Amino acid sequence: MQVQFRIERFNPDQDTKPWFGEYTVDVEPTDRVLDALNLIKWRQDGTLTFRRSCAHGVCGSDAMRINGRNRLACKELVRDYGSKITIEPMLGFRVIKDLVVDMEDFFASYRTLQPYLVNDEPPGVGRERLQTPEEREIFDDTTKCIMCGACTTACPITWTNEDFLGPAAIVNAHRFIYDSRDHGANERLDVLNSKSGVWRCRTIFNCTEACPRGIEVTRAIEQIKRTLLTGE
Amino acid sequence: MVSSYRGYRAPQGMLSWALHRLTGLGVLLFLFLHIIDIFLVGYGPELFDDLLFIYHHPAFVVGQIALIASVYYHAANGIRIILVDFWSNGYKYERQLFYGAMTVFFIAFIPTATIMIMALLDEL
Repeated sequence: MQVQFRIERFNPDQDTKPWFGEYTVDVEPTDRVLDALNLIKWRQDGTLTFRRSCAHGVCGSDAMRINGRNRLACKELVRDYGSKITIEPMLGFRVIKDLVVDMEDFFASYRTLQPYLVNDEPPGVGRERLQTPEEREIFDDTTKCIMCGACTTACPITWTNEDFLGPAAIVNAHRFIYDSRDHGANERLDVLNSKSGVWRCRTIFNCTEACPRGIEVTRAIEQIKRTLLTGE
Repeated sequence: MVSSYRGYRAPQGMLSWALHRLTGLGVLLFLFLHIIDIFLVGYGPELFDDLLFIYHHPAFVVGQIALIASVYYHAANGIRIILVDFWSNGYKYERQLFYGAMTVFFIAFIPTATIMIMALLDEL
């Protein structure tokens, strides 16, 4: 099938503002949007710039706006969009070139929440820190995050508030706060209880809608809010 | 980054949030106006009565219908937000709660608007 692509282009060395490039490609309906982007880059315009790595929905490199919503290009089939597809970079971040955005602030927010196991005590039995399946289940959902940025840049709060930590950072804090082996919950909760923490969330649910891994992002944020209120 | 709002195809959750903000701001604006008119009572009941014609002007009555719509929507959706915040399963039913809030909104708003529009037509 023939598909018309409108792709937002921006090269800071040449352009003063972004513009849309139009490309027509022949693809199979079962091809993914990423395949079409590759075809455009390889056969029509080698200057088209975008991130991709594993191309199988695991590395989280190719999050972008596809027809106005954040999606991973490698997980979306062309047939689900029809003959016209508009591709734009994620919102709220500085565009480095075309679909590549500057995610430094995104990772800086992530690092402020200590996204690693905090526990100075030696492991109890043997060399392992044991936990029951029930204890593991509590944070199972948030272990699925691939840090693609789709949730954070789908959130209207992050478009206008640079200080907001954003859904992705909170999801990764959630993954450790409710882990029975971790001892750093209080420090993370202190950061999340600040002005730029969870209280900036207005339960818009754009993050949950955008997450390519199906994480219930708003649920995780709400759970942290309730923990801050009740201490449970 | 106002343009960002246009750049994202709003899911229903984002629409409900945008409406919540707009109606909240609208109600706040009316509240300021209300504070001013009550403040004018201090300059005597005559001045207050003299200015009441503003409230009876058809344009203002239409504004009052919009105000009622704003109050109803903000209240109904506010309950939805409270449920999402405090009920641990609220997130699952966020969409249904929105439709529920809209139903409550229309059940309350249609009769009120009818009464107000009838009164407005009577005056014209």
